[in-house]
Amino acid sequence: MPLLTARNLYKSFDGTGVLKGISLDVDKGEVLTVIGPSGSGKSTLLRCMTQLEAVDRGEISVCGETLVKTGENQSAVYSDRAACRRIALHIGLVFQNFNLFPHFSVLRNIAEAPMHVLGKKKAEAEASAMELLKKMELSDKADFYPCQLSGGQQQRVSIARALAMNPDLLFFDEPTSALDPELTGEILKVIRDLAAEHMTMVVVTHEMAFARDVADQVVFMADGVIVEQGTPEQVFANTQSERTKAFLSRFNES
Amino acid sequence: MNYTVLLSQMLQATLMSLRIFFSTLLFSVPLGLLVAAGRRSKVKAVNLPVRFYILLMRGTPLMLQLLFIFYGLKPLTGIQLDRVAAAQVAFLLNYAAYFAEIFRGGIDAVPAGQYEAARVLGFTKRQTFFRIVLPQVCKMILPPMSNEFINLVKDTSLAQVIGVTELLRVTSDWVSSAVSMAPFAIAAVFYLLMNAVVTRCFTVAEARMNYYR
Ligand SMILES: Nc1ncnc2c1ncn2[C@@H]1O[C@H](COP(=O)(O)OP(=O)(O)OP(=O)(O)O)[C@@H](O)[C@H]1O
Ligand SMILES: [Mg+2]
Repeated sequence: MPLLTARNLYKSFDGTGVLKGISLDVDKGEVLTVIGPSGSGKSTLLRCMTQLEAVDRGEISVCGETLVKTGENQSAVYSDRAACRRIALHIGLVFQNFNLFPHFSVLRNIAEAPMHVLGKKKAEAEASAMELLKKMELSDKADFYPCQLSGGQQQRVSIARALAMNPDLLFFDEPTSALDPELTGEILKVIRDLAAEHMTMVVVTHEMAFARDVADQVVFMADGVIVEQGTPEQVFANTQSERTKAFLSRFNES
Repeated sequence: MNYTVLLSQMLQATLMSLRIFFSTLLFSVPLGLLVAAGRRSKVKAVNLPVRFYILLMRGTPLMLQLLFIFYGLKPLTGIQLDRVAAAQVAFLLNYAAYFAEIFRGGIDAVPAGQYEAARVLGFTKRQTFFRIVLPQVCKMILPPMSNEFINLVKDTSLAQVIGVTELLRVTSDWVSSAVSMAPFAIAAVFYLLMNAVVTRCFTVAEARMNYYR
């Protein structure tokens, strides 16, 4: 059974359709990358799956539990608050612009949610935070504040912050788009390492080579629909649709 | 002019000014937070009366509010507050409106991404407000709050219109009876000293909050 199932998701803003029937499955241990032009609805899709936006219609289930399903009058029916919360705790999200808490030290950014959401003891939360920092090669920055770090370091802290909650499923929304090109590599490496550890991930990215290399499954979105979907070979080497070919040709040239 | 008597009376009056100052802060900061919450509410039945209250408090003279609460409350409600209590109530209601607008500005200035990050991590709304939002708001509002605190020190002198014997009232009584300008100069020094302390407190607070961004 897939870890994440989405069926026929619809979402519009002020009458403009942004998601127009998106369906996808993510298996445990799988990495799904989402590519597509700007404005195609990639962020909106992630925001719907992380409960930052509500879908208008469609089904989402996570770890076998239903988050939302389509009701009788074709509108979305969400599960009760407790279920939504349980599902939220299975899921982590890494933002494009990090969204670290500026008034907390690096260590506290990571340990705060485990302590106050999961109820872990301070010592325990900080010990695992230190472990994650070590993994992110930031052990020496534990007492720094976000404003004292480079973009790449901030993004690694935010990944550590998400991992500290032990999510079953981790979403990334263009995790390198706010970074200088020379810092992009360090973040992509972290994600590759997580993939090697079989972390289940959904990554929206404009880094095509990365999207191809790290993925088990690639989704190409345009105008709120999935135009092409399959293994990296299918999508990148055996492209079917003209729309995808046109999008990928720009990447192949460069 | 007996300077010992003058100074002791002026100090006494300063204590009254300080009493109004501190009671106003003590009550109008929490009330201001509540009013800010009401002002941000999407429920019209909450939001509209709160907006009217803020308009009323900021749109009419504080002196008029003082006079109204001391003289005007009795005919309307039968409640007669004593002079000091009336002054305290008027200041508290007036300053809560100003504070509320400052708090609202600060809360709105916290980026949406902070709420979203907190939400995805599973913080409750309450935790998000007290752990994530409020500390950042405190830092942002220090400069406008220091303005208000300084204004409040000086505004306490308005309480004399309802007969509260605060610093400026005692001072002008001495000026007219002793025909000397010296009490004015002394009063100016007293106000300056109080505001020097206020300014110092804010400088320290700003320095302590300076560890980030
Ligand atoms: N809160 C919102 N209110 C109104 N319109 C929105 C909102 N969020 C997104 N949109 C619109 O939805 C469309 C899809 O936006 P979305 O951010 O999902 O695209 P994207 O694929 O992530 O693009 P990018 O690659 O630039 O990040 C855009 O046209 C955008 O203007
Ligand atoms: Mg986006």
